[in-house]
Amino acid sequence: MPTHRKQQEEARDQHSVVDESEAVLRTENVKVTYGDTLALRDVSMDVPKNQVTALIGPSGCGKSTLLRCFNRLNDLIDGCKVEGKVFYRDKNLYSSKIDPVSVRRRIGMVFQKPNPFPKSIYDNITYGAKVNGFKGDMDELVEQSLQRAALWGEVKDKLKENGLSLSGGQQQRLCIARAIALKPEVVLMDEPCSSLDPVSTERVEDLIHELKEDYTIVIVTHNMHQATRVSDFTAFFNAEESDDGSRFGYLVEYDRTERVFEDPQEEATQKYVSGKFG
Amino acid sequence: MTAVTSDDRSEQDVERSDIEKATDRSFIWGTGILAIAVAAVLLWIAAQVATEAMPAIQTIGLDFLTRSTWDPVDDIYGILPAIYGTLISSLIAILLAVPIGLACAIVLSENFLPISIRTPLTFLIELLAAIPSVVYGLWGIYVLIPFIEPIGNWLHDNFGWFPLFSTPYQGPGMLPAGIVLAIMILPILTVIARDSLAALPTNLRWGSYGIGATRWRTIFSVLIPAAFSGIVGGIMLALGRALGETMAVTLVIGNSTDLNFSVLAPSVTISSLLASQFAEASGLQEDALFYAGLILFAITLIVNILAEIIVLRVKKY
Repeated sequence: MPTHRKQQEEARDQHSVVDESEAVLRTENVKVTYGDTLALRDVSMDVPKNQVTALIGPSGCGKSTLLRCFNRLNDLIDGCKVEGKVFYRDKNLYSSKIDPVSVRRRIGMVFQKPNPFPKSIYDNITYGAKVNGFKGDMDELVEQSLQRAALWGEVKDKLKENGLSLSGGQQQRLCIARAIALKPEVVLMDEPCSSLDPVSTERVEDLIHELKEDYTIVIVTHNMHQATRVSDFTAFFNAEESDDGSRFGYLVEYDRTERVFEDPQEEATQKYVSGKFG
Repeated sequence: MTAVTSDDRSEQDVERSDIEKATDRSFIWGTGILAIAVAAVLLWIAAQVATEAMPAIQTIGLDFLTRSTWDPVDDIYGILPAIYGTLISSLIAILLAVPIGLACAIVLSENFLPISIRTPLTFLIELLAAIPSVVYGLWGIYVLIPFIEPIGNWLHDNFGWFPLFSTPYQGPGMLPAGIVLAIMILPILTVIARDSLAALPTNLRWGSYGIGATRWRTIFSVLIPAAFSGIVGGIMLALGRALGETMAVTLVIGNSTDLNFSVLAPSVTISSLLASQFAEASGLQEDALFYAGLILFAITLIVNILAEIIVLRVKKY
């Protein structure tokens, strides 16, 4: 590790926000390009265990792109290339020895738009477990996961119904249940409330609070109030225009959420959190 | 918007011009009439065929469907062999084309191959649909029939006890007809299945990969079930085409009106019966051919209704 310490020096003061021993995910100089277009530049940050870390910033700042580096979902995008290192525990997720499929079984994801499978509610939960070779009691797993996602009460009598018959908010909680049925260590959430009404949003946010007891959560959000409500740490990304006119993102500031919002060190952060742009 | 600004709006801003309204109205009427005209043509054809078939319907009645003799000399007509031939040749076609078409659709909608290979491949498959059916028929006679002779012989030698393979391979017959049909319906099946797979939200794909599913699992457990209604729709359209295909089938099926269960023997379909006999038919034979046409109409109608029912039942995405 000392070898790259030097180049890390600059980012260090932001970096050291998180006690390294507590970090579950760590990125080192992550750079993402789509084809020839730079999307994200030099991101180095630690994601602490059992905390909620919010990624905020204007559109095109690469926050969702970074999120997808944590479970190698970017692999699925044609032409997407990730440089630098992404560590999960001590393993470099982008090393050739790592199987992306098994990464995704340890690091679950919830998407912007609820995307239940066109299967029954029950099968939506068991799908991941089956993929994982889960041997235990499926009924119990379904009940537990739905309980945990605060959906059990609403659906326990209609587990055989299609997941798509639920309301948007319920669908999203079903997707959360589906992700935690894998018993992952980390749950990534990509703007999980952006297509939900305020009531459903509140429920999902409450859920995030509860889930952090057991999981490490990284959440991308456009909504700054949401970041203040749910997160312990906040990373602010900004977008800049490159020479060819395309936009790329970079990490501006990473700190405890209250510091980022109440006492930001960077001017760009100050402007963004006070609603002056973005 | 405040009350002040809406008051400011002058009357003529709100009121659309008469010409604009008239254009709108005539557009609605125009498209409506054209849409109805298409349906009217269908009904007209159906009515015409039914009228022409009427003498045969009255003379022969429902025996037409169960009788297996087609004898213009004694004026005895039954189309059981043609119904059997139509259904079985289409069934062979579907059984062969569905796995191949679905496999093509998966390859073309996923990123197994670089886009620079996929695009020409898609184009070539679509081009299959542009080959005239008579060319398929000639290809069937000169290439396919000799080519599958060993397969036909092998089937008869090893499974001759099974009614479907009970006769020796005779060249023209049901099997080559089914294979030619399979190739002919491949493009429509592939293209529709590919489109319905490609139309699935990326989100759904990612959802499955995101919880650690492999590509195969994602394709077979999530994507194909989600695209099922589209795929079934494609299969049914293909089936409709196979049931009605005339020229290629007429050339390769042998046009034997004797009932023979073996797929290795010459057979006949309703459309090949019409094509091969209509030119010389007169009197009751001609009416019987119209009657046969009406039955084919009914079969395709039933297939389409079934397709609609299946699609509605399983519609999920």
